Amino acid sequence: MPDLVDELKFRDPVRARALSEALAREVDAAGRTITLMHVCGSHEQAIARFGLRATFPRRLDIIMGPGCPVCVTDTPEVDEAVALALQGATVCTYGDMLRLPGTRRSLADAQGEGAKVEVVYGVSQAVDLARSRPGEQVVFFASGFETTAVATAAVLLSGVPENFSVLSAHKYVPAAMDLVSTLPETNVEGFIAAGHAAIITGWGIFEPFAARTRTPVVVAGFEPLDVLAAVLELVRLVRAGRPEVVNCYPRCVSREGNRPAQEKLWKVFDVVGGNWRGIAAVPRGNLELRPEWDSVNARRRFTIDTAAVGGASHNLLAEHCICGRIMSGLAKPSDCTLFGGECRPESPVGACMVSSEGSCKIWHVYGGPPDLSEVA
Amino acid sequence: MCLGVPGRILSISEDGMSAQVDFFGVRKELRLDIIDTPVQVGDYVLNHVGFAIRRIPPEEVGETLALFDQILKAAAHDDLMAEDVRGEMAAGRSSPGGEPGA
Repeated sequence: MPDLVDELKFRDPVRARALSEALAREVDAAGRTITLMHVCGSHEQAIARFGLRATFPRRLDIIMGPGCPVCVTDTPEVDEAVALALQGATVCTYGDMLRLPGTRRSLADAQGEGAKVEVVYGVSQAVDLARSRPGEQVVFFASGFETTAVATAAVLLSGVPENFSVLSAHKYVPAAMDLVSTLPETNVEGFIAAGHAAIITGWGIFEPFAARTRTPVVVAGFEPLDVLAAVLELVRLVRAGRPEVVNCYPRCVSREGNRPAQEKLWKVFDVVGGNWRGIAAVPRGNLELRPEWDSVNARRRFTIDTAAVGGASHNLLAEHCICGRIMSGLAKPSDCTLFGGECRPESPVGACMVSSEGSCKIWHVYGGPPDLSEVA
Repeated sequence: MCLGVPGRILSISEDGMSAQVDFFGVRKELRLDIIDTPVQVGDYVLNHVGFAIRRIPPEEVGETLALFDQILKAAAHDDLMAEDVRGEMAAGRSSPGGEPGA
């Protein structure tokens, strides 16, 4: 199978060891701790799944920023979806949105109470569902960064049945990096940018950011060698004080990105400000349907009674959850008193434990960095 | 939801809007309205939520690996230069002291 062989090339242990040794030398030569941030759940998965954190030098800190669109979907957005479901609409969404906590209920809870909630693999499937059930109002609760928003846009542009609408919780990647760079407590010196979002936007989109914040950015893929090479390159840029953008994922990402996809995206969506769960109001953080798409925008089409599903927030969430600090790179999952106890994948309290791309869920499944102090 | 999975195109629909794609033995229909380059049977494409978002040219796999080797070489080169500088510094010193990070 040639495809498998190609994938394995990016797991070549000889190259991996060479990259990892070069990385150790670079960090050693820096003579201080270097903190880098990635903003993509798939990068955290690659780092955890392949055990890369154990190979990183001790004075290299790689933290996961607000890179999971499910995790940053805010409580009122979930409440809107829950309210629509309880008002009788059929709500379709991606599987990892199902258990995302709303103020009092998740969509899974609403489903348990008899509401019609369907998990779909993609937006096309939700449209098919609407076609097969002409008597129902089918609402697609759309989440994901611009790569996923393009799919939503393409489906709307190709025409949807009258009983189909979209409740957008789509987020915009560059906003996540802007946000972190403005946090007063942050000491992030370089960013690893999400490869798949960059396939659409192109790596050129990060150049103004790098220039403005004087912070280097490296675009990376998701195989072990992709991550190791990107981290090595980023540490070199940090040490050299070069705030440049380097594309370490050239087999998929170009400077301009996918222009037809960008055209589709901006024909349908507009960047607006919004609240991100546990973080703050994020200027330019959300993707909302443009006014000319009001007829398929669930927020314009229906009166959504969120007051009926609101109320006091879950106490544990309000009092102890530190998801916001984790997503800002100021704390690690293991710093949270709820982690692995009250907050577990089967009964998540905070958003980072919900999605397979949330850092708490990933650390819970694969473990965090191993404590080698007793071995050494 | 954000995962991008590579697969190989087995067939393309008559209207050119969708393709049957093999993902390591799992067959799935993908829409082709986002991808920015023409594709044909046998091509590798990256799937994202049921859409092909990028054709992966086989030659670019080699190019990426070459890039990694180049980064490695550059790092090794920097390191060798550092060695030279360290050597000169050590030679210029009257008493060789401990060097942090060397």
